Amino acid sequence: MAGQNGTPDAGRWLAVLGAGVMGTGIAALAVGHGVAVTLVDVDRSRLDAAPASVDRQVRLARLMGALPPEAVPGDLVTGLSLAELSTVAATTPAAVIEAVTEDPDAKAKVLADVSALVAPGTPIVSNTSSIPIDELAPATARPVDLIGIHFMNPPYLIRTVEVIRGPRTGDPTLERVRMLLAALGRDPIVVDDAPGFVTSRILHPMINDAVRVVAAGTATVEAVDQLMQGCLGHPTGPLRTADLIGLDNLVDSLWVLYGRTGDEGCRPCDLLLELVRAGHLGRKSGRGFYEYEGDRHEHEGELS
Amino acid sequence: MTTSSDRAVPETAGGSDAVQAELLRFLTARTRKPWTADADLFASGGLSSLFAMELVVHLERTYGIAIRGTDLRLENFRTVWRMAALVDRLRQPAPGGRGE
Ligand SMILES: NC(=O)c1ccc[n+]([C@@H]2O[C@H](COP(=O)([O-])OP(=O)(O)OC[C@H]3O[C@@H](n4cnc5c(N)ncnc54)[C@H](O)[C@@H]3O)[C@@H](O)[C@H]2O)c1
Repeated sequence: MAGQNGTPDAGRWLAVLGAGVMGTGIAALAVGHGVAVTLVDVDRSRLDAAPASVDRQVRLARLMGALPPEAVPGDLVTGLSLAELSTVAATTPAAVIEAVTEDPDAKAKVLADVSALVAPGTPIVSNTSSIPIDELAPATARPVDLIGIHFMNPPYLIRTVEVIRGPRTGDPTLERVRMLLAALGRDPIVVDDAPGFVTSRILHPMINDAVRVVAAGTATVEAVDQLMQGCLGHPTGPLRTADLIGLDNLVDSLWVLYGRTGDEGCRPCDLLLELVRAGHLGRKSGRGFYEYEGDRHEHEGELS
Repeated sequence: MTTSSDRAVPETAGGSDAVQAELLRFLTARTRKPWTADADLFASGGLSSLFAMELVVHLERTYGIAIRGTDLRLENFRTVWRMAALVDRLRQPAPGGRGE
């Protein structure tokens, strides 16, 4: 990715689709590493909020010492569609990363549009939590160019990323993605394709169980998190993690897992569904299992 | 650690003390715990390091400063003293530059 010997590298920009929790986080990771980003969302209000959100996250990453000190921040451009922005950009992006809502139909549509726009050989990346990459492949014009990068949340603070190689993913695609991740300072672990891959297949039903334990009245939200942190070394506790993920996204992902594995442990439990129906989506809405005061988009000052 | 005093910047009358007092009030209100000006906020049992971002936003809004670039270091927010020193420094015109 990096231009060698000072040669300007025209390919050094990324297209990110979806300006939600993950899209803005991925944009912050790239911008903070000096990579320009074009960020697209169909929701005007999300788009309007995106530059401030990305800026805040870049500053947080810098504060945490998670960015190369010498990196000059990349430019951020936002727009309602990649097609509209592509007429402006003269070059093809280093990769396109989709981070739209966890809905197979929505993703298929976005991936079809994108693969018609970018040059063959440009990696088309899905940041899906759970949908098998090969299930998305038929939507694209070139399944060899499609690959999964499951960035963790927040992408700029967690170095390890899960890379999903679908059965039709090409070797050059994997190679380009490795270069991209090296430029972004991330460490990839490459795994095979499956519903939920590794991390979501294990984490999401575990969180679902944690919610069931609370619903059963066995322990409070705080007690569950404290036990998982203190006894089992979980960094934040499953319920605080659920709030960070977004309960709507968690439910979507659990349905994807349930529908493809039949595992009852993946069927989203009633309490989780009730919270989503009530609009309590976690940090992003100001309330989930915990309450988040003040600016709801800020990382709150919980006691560690 | 550089403080405003050994950088020989002119001290705004009472600035640092007032800033320290205000920060201690803010911290106590926000964390429901008492703090001292030299306490390490992020030592074990203290605050999550993510809280530092809230401190950045609070300092910027309260004192009309912009904390950017190399000033965005956790070390600058570790104690009330250091934050007050940072505020004092950023409220001064940069040497050879212009003020806010
Ligand atoms: N939240 C997490 O912790 C997390 C972690 C890893 C991966 N993921 C995955 O990342 C993806 C995004 O999740 P999120 O939490 O950011 O969701 P989110 O709900 O915060 O954001 C999704 C965004 O996509 C936008 N969108 C929907 N359709 C679109 C389209 N056709 N074109 C452009 N934008 C569109 C929506 O307006 C919204 O702003 C999902 O696949 C999710 O499973 C989430």
